[in-house]
Amino acid sequence: MPHDHHDHHDHDHLSPSGHPYRADNDTALSYWQTMEIAIRELLIEKGITTASEVAAQIDTMDARTPANGARVVARAWSDPAFHTRLMADAGDAAREMGFDIGPLELIAVENTEDVHNMIVCTLCSCYPRNLLGLPPDWYKSRAYRSRTVREPRSVLAEFGVTLPDTMTVRVHDSTADMRYIVIPKRPEGTDSLSQSELEQLVTRDSMIGTGIARSAP
Amino acid sequence: MSTNKTNPGNRLHDSPLTRRLQDSPLTRRWQDSPLTRRWHDMGGDPAGPVPKDQHDFAIWEKRVDALMIIGAAKGYFTVDGLRRVLEDMGEEAFETMAYYERWVASISQNLIEGGAYTTAELAEKMAEVANRGDTYGDAAKGPA
Amino acid sequence: MMQKVRVKPLMPPGHVRTPAYLRGKTGVIERSLGAFPNPEDLAYGVAATAKPLHRVRFTMAEIWGADAETPDDTLDAEIYEHWLEPVHAP
Repeated sequence: MPHDHHDHHDHDHLSPSGHPYRADNDTALSYWQTMEIAIRELLIEKGITTASEVAAQIDTMDARTPANGARVVARAWSDPAFHTRLMADAGDAAREMGFDIGPLELIAVENTEDVHNMIVCTLCSCYPRNLLGLPPDWYKSRAYRSRTVREPRSVLAEFGVTLPDTMTVRVHDSTADMRYIVIPKRPEGTDSLSQSELEQLVTRDSMIGTGIARSAP
Repeated sequence: MSTNKTNPGNRLHDSPLTRRLQDSPLTRRWQDSPLTRRWHDMGGDPAGPVPKDQHDFAIWEKRVDALMIIGAAKGYFTVDGLRRVLEDMGEEAFETMAYYERWVASISQNLIEGGAYTTAELAEKMAEVANRGDTYGDAAKGPA
Repeated sequence: MMQKVRVKPLMPPGHVRTPAYLRGKTGVIERSLGAFPNPEDLAYGVAATAKPLHRVRFTMAEIWGADAETPDDTLDAEIYEHWLEPVHAP
């Protein structure tokens, strides 16, 4: 959720979302924050961008959240023709649903009885941000980037996911232009659920491959 | 096995990758060089548990992200150029600097390489910004 | 029948997008993705040549050998064609 730090008065140890508060306005100005302000003002002065363009880009990015991906997954579960289009070209399928994902080259990989997919970027932190929003901190960590391609099941265990030996784990290292979204398996007992009820079962981690969809309520 | 200051842990010598490549005439002579396995190329390295803590994004971080998108969209640099600068920063930067600190540094270098502004202009502007006050809030208010 | 390929065991400096852990390893082309401007060029602001990109699938056994957590698990990565050499059946 967007932070507008002009009001300091509600400063607390936890931010509204419940995560540790990352103080910026109130703490000592850092070298790198100075650089950010300087760059932004220089670009505006030189007519390369404007303050409203920067603000609009922040708003656009704020609007991109895992809920977008959950809608794509729920529709794929409910609508076989859409599912086919999604598997053929996930970028076009997401655009079809009205998501402004820009030039994102998106590939959907689906979990089945036999296969569980996991996404990682060992070389940096590539992520389908134009659909799902910014990646979680753990996705960018040394531990995730190093270990997932070598011991995916051990990493999954840390996320509370245990898979039977009969299943294959398929890890995708996003080394180039493609970005990946995992289509988790539809949970049992959800045949009667509406698409929006199905959306509630799709977690961000299930679309990265470090989780599975929630069970039917 | 030799040691060298840039690889005190002998990571290259211990890695399965080095053992495989010892048979390759093309690479054998370079296996002591830190350039044969760059720090960011970390797939398969041993590591501890995946840290799960998550921070909320501060406004300055969101602005860094926005500047990255805008700079690339306006043609001043590519994401590849951003990655290259991040990689060239080295491992110590990864370990000691926060994610968006490294990104703003990379964005700025790329903007300079792309001709958006000069180092001198940046230096003057950073001094001006820093003089506005001691907090981000004060400094971000813009010129007096 | 998917084309078998080996990742060239090259070790250049600078910005490349072929992970070290895959160099010298053999996999199969899972799908071809078309041609994209070479990131090795883009990273340095030089005119970029379009190069074919393939998604290559490796088994964990192939990559990690006896160390593999689950030998039949797989790893897919997108590798540029100039990093691949065909492997012909004997």
